[in-house]
Amino acid sequence: MLSFLNYLISGISLGSIYAIIALGYTMVYGIAKMLNFAHGDFIMVGGYAIFTCMITLGMNPFVSILIAMAVCLVIGVTTEKVAYKPLREAGSPLAVLITAIGVSYLLENLALLIFGSNPKSFTSVVSWSGITLAGGQLHIQGVTIVTILVSLAVLVVLQWFVHKTKEGQAMLAVAQDRGAATLMGINVNHTISLTFAIGSALAAIAGALLCSAYPTLTPYTGAMPGIKAFVAAVLGGIGSIPGAMIGGIVLGIIEILARTYISSQLSDAIVFGILVVVLLVKPTGILGKNIQEKV
Amino acid sequence: MKKKKLSRQTWTYIVVLIVYAVVEIFEYAGLLSSHLTGLLVPATYYAIVAVGLNICVGILGELSLGHAGFMCVGAFSSSLFSILTENSLPTAIRFPLAMVIGIAVAALFGFLIGIPVLRLNGDYLAIVTLAFGEIIKNILNSLYLGYDSNGLHASFTSQMDLGMEADGTMLMNGPMGISGTPRDANFTVAVVMLLIALFVAQNLINSRDGRAIMSIRDNRIAAESVGINITKYKMLGFVVSAAIAGAAGVLFSHSISTLQAGSQYFGYNISILILVYVVLGGIGNISGSVIAAAVLYLLPELLRALSSYRMLIYSIVLIVVMLFNWAPAARNWRNRVLASIRAKFGKKGAKA
Repeated sequence: MLSFLNYLISGISLGSIYAIIALGYTMVYGIAKMLNFAHGDFIMVGGYAIFTCMITLGMNPFVSILIAMAVCLVIGVTTEKVAYKPLREAGSPLAVLITAIGVSYLLENLALLIFGSNPKSFTSVVSWSGITLAGGQLHIQGVTIVTILVSLAVLVVLQWFVHKTKEGQAMLAVAQDRGAATLMGINVNHTISLTFAIGSALAAIAGALLCSAYPTLTPYTGAMPGIKAFVAAVLGGIGSIPGAMIGGIVLGIIEILARTYISSQLSDAIVFGILVVVLLVKPTGILGKNIQEKV
Repeated sequence: MKKKKLSRQTWTYIVVLIVYAVVEIFEYAGLLSSHLTGLLVPATYYAIVAVGLNICVGILGELSLGHAGFMCVGAFSSSLFSILTENSLPTAIRFPLAMVIGIAVAALFGFLIGIPVLRLNGDYLAIVTLAFGEIIKNILNSLYLGYDSNGLHASFTSQMDLGMEADGTMLMNGPMGISGTPRDANFTVAVVMLLIALFVAQNLINSRDGRAIMSIRDNRIAAESVGINITKYKMLGFVVSAAIAGAAGVLFSHSISTLQAGSQYFGYNISILILVYVVLGGIGNISGSVIAAAVLYLLPELLRALSSYRMLIYSIVLIVVMLFNWAPAARNWRNRVLASIRAKFGKKGAKA
């Protein structure tokens, strides 16, 4: 029972990381209507930025994360301006998808050139060793607790931002109808840039937490978590912020439990299998809205 | 008008044949390095998958991110068949049969995925095919299969768990995959398959069924209102697309010594790579896919002299080409430049 609880907690922790990445995915998809395949690589960029600040330059972990967030934010906004924005009116969502793949290759290969292909061993950004419960039988690592708390904080702040501020309302309006939003005087370009800025900064936080929990960093670190987070966003209902959170945590729990109790090799197959089943039963995801297309 | 279209189709076949002849002559004359020779078959089967994916993306208008998965099932099913019948059937019968089996299995998987997914609208096909590709890769990577006098044995844990007799033979060895598939596929076979794939694709596009599929792509609601069975035609396009990918998988498995379900062969990144070929070759332009696949597959290899910078250059080229080809601003600029060139060179250019 205690070991089950232990696995459940590590599942929630992994799921919280997925959730933070999925938040970025889901916001960009909801507002810019594009699949940003490079999003996973922003995690990797964040990881390397923290690695450089914290280990090479010996800075404070907190400052390192702030710098990494700034680096990711700049890269995210620049990418959007240079590579995605010119294609927004191209008429085919595929064009921007391929450019996103190009950006993903570009970031991976830049990291490969700068940092090499050898995995860097990451030191956890959380130095707290955690708490021990139930007379020493249940140990929860500090990084696990911090991950869960950070993701909850991110969720609360984002919900507040989207629903209570003017910029957040503008995001909702652009997500609903870009043309009508423009007519209402909303600067669509500015809103989309802001979305990318938030998504990329969240990716840096996710990078810090991911590399603290799984301390190897390679240029391809972000790829698989990126895809999983996308799955999480779809599972929760793409475009929905609480949905991304729920999807991420559900996915993390399933992955850890499947790895522990069924088969470590088949855990990915089980995760993707559950996605397919959920989509068949409820195509819009757990919290997605069903919007009927009209003539 | 019709005559022009026909000649374009024929031109595609002629160009493929000319390229094939030139390559064969060069190879015969010993002008190709063994490294380059080894790339010929892969370049051809990527071209075949690109043709298949273009039917899905360009003609059907649905995004698939799992065509590597269809390649994978085609490759493994045909490989198992070839190994089991290696001693009982001659190559001339065995390989075509393996091809049929690989295509049929891939088409079956396409059908099974299509039943639930093609009824829905939106990006669901992309997500479910992505999931399918990863599931197939994952399962095949952890499947152990062997046979002995008691029949087939399968296990998901280890070779030991199969509990085979001493005379048993391993067929699939988990992540080690299948080894010893007879190497029946060569460049000639691959080119023949490419021509067949092109023929199937071009005929589908120019048929009544193909026009029905394209009408769904252009306006689903309008197509439905003139009585086109949406699900049926979507299914037709998707199954043909999957089947062609399966054929490419058969070529793949019969051209290498060890078939593994690793992500470098069948991962989602390979599906995306093929999508890149399709989009750069022109969505809906079948011959464009072949050219793009051949050029882009060989490009990183030809850039090998630049060593570690080659993938960096590749990615930058990809972004720049996409921006140049698709961005409305770049298109306007191109049209202006073309117009000014025409104005300079007088009426001749303006007429053409």
